[in-house]
Amino acid sequence: MSSTKDIDTLIELMAKLPGLGPRSARRAVLHLIRKRALLLAPLADSMQTVAATARECLNCGNVGTSDICDICESEKRANGILCVVEDVSDLWAMERANVFKGRYHVLGGTLSALDAIGPEELRIPRLIDRVTSEHITEVILALNATIDGQTTAHYIADLLENRVTLTSLAQGVPIGGELDYLDDGTITAAMNARKPI
Amino acid sequence: MEWRDQGILLSVRRHGETSAIIDVFTIEHGRHAGIVRGGTSRKIAPILQPGAQLDVSWRARLEDHLGSYTVEPLRSRAAAALSDRLSLAGLNAVTALIAFALPEREANPHLYKMSEQLLDLLGQHDVWPLAYLRFEIALLEATGMGLDLSACAVSGTNENLIYISPRTGRAVSEQVAGPWVNKLLPLPPILKGEGTGSDAEIEQALQTTGYFLKEKLAPNLGNRTLPEARGRYVDLFSRQITRP
Repeated sequence: MSSTKDIDTLIELMAKLPGLGPRSARRAVLHLIRKRALLLAPLADSMQTVAATARECLNCGNVGTSDICDICESEKRANGILCVVEDVSDLWAMERANVFKGRYHVLGGTLSALDAIGPEELRIPRLIDRVTSEHITEVILALNATIDGQTTAHYIADLLENRVTLTSLAQGVPIGGELDYLDDGTITAAMNARKPI
Repeated sequence: MEWRDQGILLSVRRHGETSAIIDVFTIEHGRHAGIVRGGTSRKIAPILQPGAQLDVSWRARLEDHLGSYTVEPLRSRAAAALSDRLSLAGLNAVTALIAFALPEREANPHLYKMSEQLLDLLGQHDVWPLAYLRFEIALLEATGMGLDLSACAVSGTNENLIYISPRTGRAVSEQVAGPWVNKLLPLPPILKGEGTGSDAEIEQALQTTGYFLKEKLAPNLGNRTLPEARGRYVDLFSRQITRP
């Protein structure tokens, strides 16, 4: 066990991070202390900076260090296509794939009767404003293939019907996926969305 | 304590980093919650979509514990519903209403059977609205708010029953409605199992059942508001039938 109060506090805080528990937090803190100059000090500095500057983009909901994120600032991204995602992590996943060159809109969740999340709790009104103000011609609904995700997609599609072209991501067999291990729903979706080769 | 049953998945809520708490409407144990270890994993999460038909095994040390489930998928209904907004709205309405109205751990085999058949009809738009209406009538009955449409509440006649009393849920005949006409709800023949079963008639019947769900059932359940999912389905259905 750690003998000082400050280190215990650090372990307690680290243990609250996703993927870490008390045991792994202790290991991580011990590692940081051993690599104090190389890891701990730069990490502390970096965390302090991010804590002071991190904020949500006022336009799209992405996380950045300025009021308007780099993607929204970039004129190259203003190609009239807007990709709607549920969460910032989804935006980051799309950016990692480096396949989409337009702008994003982060809803901040999905409609959920269970959790009493309605359209007002999400950034849906802002999305409607952006479609007009940014002269959007196509909205890609890149929401999760879950009941809540698709309920939200249909709700947004209702609001934007006849105003822009609406598209959604395809559903089916993932790259490297084996049919034998897929669930019935995915196989059904893949079958329905089959394409000529 | 341990049992095995079949059921319809009503809702899933993330619990911690890897588990999920699910609410399942089972045949013999009614609406029953439990934890699924690893329920958010890539393998199990696609199975745990509301509306899925599951084979579940529940285990707990004491009966009143939350307990844990192990689940086996029997059939998924999400894939059929995801791309069709009316089916998706219908699935949401059914699961939300069951979760809203039924008490936990009280078996209701009749309503279970009806719900299962209704969900199996998803995507068949020619028969689904009528089946959904019958489900709402059965739900009102199961919760003690059943409509009595056999005879007029005032005269006892079973002729010309075209109104329902919003207070008692009993039928009222045209002859005695007189001064209360504006306060009575319409009684479309489809509610009595008669008539043509046209979409317009079903829509009117859904307005009537909606009144009892909202004004009678919901206040009885601690003044909770009726799930929006029900309103969304009825709204979509109405828009569909008015669309040229």
